[in-house]
Amino acid sequence: MQLVAPIWSRRALPWAVACVIVCASIARVRTARADTLSTMRARSELVWGGDLQGGEPYVFEDPRDPSHLVGFEVDIASALARELGLARARFAQTQWSNLVPSLERGDIDVALNGLEDTPERRARLRLSRPYFVFHEVLAVRRGAPYRTLDDLRGKRVATLNQTYALELLQSRPAAGAVDIALYEGQEEPYFDLQLGRVDAVFLDHLIAARYGCPLTGVECLTGDEPRGTYVVGLRRDDAPLADALDAALGRLIASGELRRILETWHLWDDAQEELASRPAPEASMPLAPVAMSLDRRQVALFFEGAAVTVVLSVAAFAIAMPLGMLLAATRIGAGRFARAAATAYVELLRGTPVLLQLYVLYFGLAPVLRLGPMTAATLGLGLNYAAYEAEVYRGALIAVPRGQTEAAAALGLGPWQTLRHVMLPQAVRTALPAVTNDFVSLLKDSSLVSVLTVVELTKRMTIAAVEIRSWLGPGLLCAALYFAMSFPLSRLSRHLEARLENDPRPRTA
Amino acid sequence: MIHVHGLRKRFGARLALDGIEARVHERECIAIVGPSGCGKSTLLRCLNALEPFDEGAVDIAGFSLAGGASLTPAAARPLRETVGMVFQDLHLFPHLTALENVALAPRIVAGRSHAEATERGRELLARVGLGDRAQSYPAQLSGGQKQRVAIARAIAMPLKVLLLDEPTSALDPAMREEVREVIRALARENALTLVLATHEMRLASELADRVWRMKEGRIVADGTPAEVLGDAK
Repeated sequence: MQLVAPIWSRRALPWAVACVIVCASIARVRTARADTLSTMRARSELVWGGDLQGGEPYVFEDPRDPSHLVGFEVDIASALARELGLARARFAQTQWSNLVPSLERGDIDVALNGLEDTPERRARLRLSRPYFVFHEVLAVRRGAPYRTLDDLRGKRVATLNQTYALELLQSRPAAGAVDIALYEGQEEPYFDLQLGRVDAVFLDHLIAARYGCPLTGVECLTGDEPRGTYVVGLRRDDAPLADALDAALGRLIASGELRRILETWHLWDDAQEELASRPAPEASMPLAPVAMSLDRRQVALFFEGAAVTVVLSVAAFAIAMPLGMLLAATRIGAGRFARAAATAYVELLRGTPVLLQLYVLYFGLAPVLRLGPMTAATLGLGLNYAAYEAEVYRGALIAVPRGQTEAAAALGLGPWQTLRHVMLPQAVRTALPAVTNDFVSLLKDSSLVSVLTVVELTKRMTIAAVEIRSWLGPGLLCAALYFAMSFPLSRLSRHLEARLENDPRPRTA
Repeated sequence: MIHVHGLRKRFGARLALDGIEARVHERECIAIVGPSGCGKSTLLRCLNALEPFDEGAVDIAGFSLAGGASLTPAAARPLRETVGMVFQDLHLFPHLTALENVALAPRIVAGRSHAEATERGRELLARVGLGDRAQSYPAQLSGGQKQRVAIARAIAMPLKVLLLDEPTSALDPAMREEVREVIRALARENALTLVLATHEMRLASELADRVWRMKEGRIVADGTPAEVLGDAK
């Protein structure tokens, strides 16, 4: 011990000290976040979060030069940076539904992307004074008998997640409740309205005017729909930044620069006159973390989501298995042309993302093939997994010894009979563990279909997480449900593998 | 029953069969002997069109095969129902029981009913001494038992000619005798014409009416077992 102690003190102490300093400085950085304004001044940069998928006119890539971003919020961000005495405004691509968590994590200085002033956001964030006034627009198919939200009871109404419009829809009394379809992009809801997949779209007039109203067969109804405003989102503890930003916005409004920006983008209307008199929304008391856990209604919805996941996966696999079998048989036994076609199918579907395939199937093919969300999801996953199954079966078919084919031929069996009675029964046994594994993968991949507005388990989790403002509970419950579904299957797969090895019927005799 | 004329078969540059001329009469039993690689197996495979050949012609059980053409599966089918083959490696179907192995082709190729094919399969298995192993899978059978299942599977079809490739090579002496007697009895009962390739002189001398000695793709001797095999000594 005597020997050890001096070494400890001499060698380890500097490390310990360094460690403490590093830890302390990390802690300092975390607390120093309280003064975002100073950090921004230090780097002379305003980092603003937004989502390019929001598209025109907010922030989007210049069609003439895609490396260059344009949009009225780009102009506002630049003007604000200038007013704050900063050299530049830097855009940080952030998925729109994650703007608030990203802001809270400190990835961005402000969220500036059609963020609406809602009670929920007032409770969670600090909000700037408004920079745009909007109203909600109800879009329906031309001549539809329903003209107001009250007429829409039980109808399917599209909107975006975490919007003011969604809040308005959700806050309706049960008597007037509608079936809400949540989309990820703003073009798709109107597209589906045209196609009859939804009965109405309820979104900001800005979105409606660009993406909905110009479409043939779509009618925009302007009733007494409520007005709202776009505000800049800040972290709750960024009071100095909020003051500086409000002052900067005030100057932009007073000098007429904001008006010029909005006019450039054809966004100015009489409603914008209100901006001059609208103060920053009062931050309300933070919502008590009462909603941090899931209530029974939400848990029930999770199980519903899990049921959707199971039904979807089973149905998709019911397509994938026979189609995969057919593809594998074609690739092995058919003529050159059919073989090339099957190979092309397999390579194409394995070589492109399933997400893309789902988009093509649901949105891309819609003019010629109008599939419902669940049908498109099932078909899309089924067609994609068929390519993978085909490869598994093909490998298993190739593994059947050549002598088996010869013996069958010598007995007079035709190619199809050989496949059906000799090759397949042997191949299936070889393939079974891999096929079971693929099904487990499919269970998890099925979460991708949320982009087609199908609310399965993962989508249910993200919705619940936003509702209760915590990812932990919903995440754990979601994980537990997936695990409960996939674990028995993994065990089954291992069991099948073991049984195959101890089988009295080995692969050659 | 079989007439081979000018049969040539190339594997790449190598001439595997070099102008085979041969005749086999109905119900005759031919044993082909010769060193490994002399073309015994290839000749058998050419006889039932498993292997296309380059030149010459084969007439077998009323079917005509010509050099330079390969048979479509549909055209091969009636031939295969008449000319059976037992492979050196047997190639039993491992996922089927002994009975299912035997009953498969009569059912799906010859179009017998399930009951009929099963009944005939049982008879055949009993005939080769495996009446009690009908429900066994190939991997559960001994070498001699497997060999007998393979023979039963082949003759379950209404054959006129049976080709056997090294039917006893993998067996111990006691089993060789057993298998040899099965072949002899079945050939007689079913009025079969037999062509078998073998290394085993005893099988050739006891079973065959005539022996062909092959060397480098040619038949270099054709005569009674005593003539040909005695010749070698």
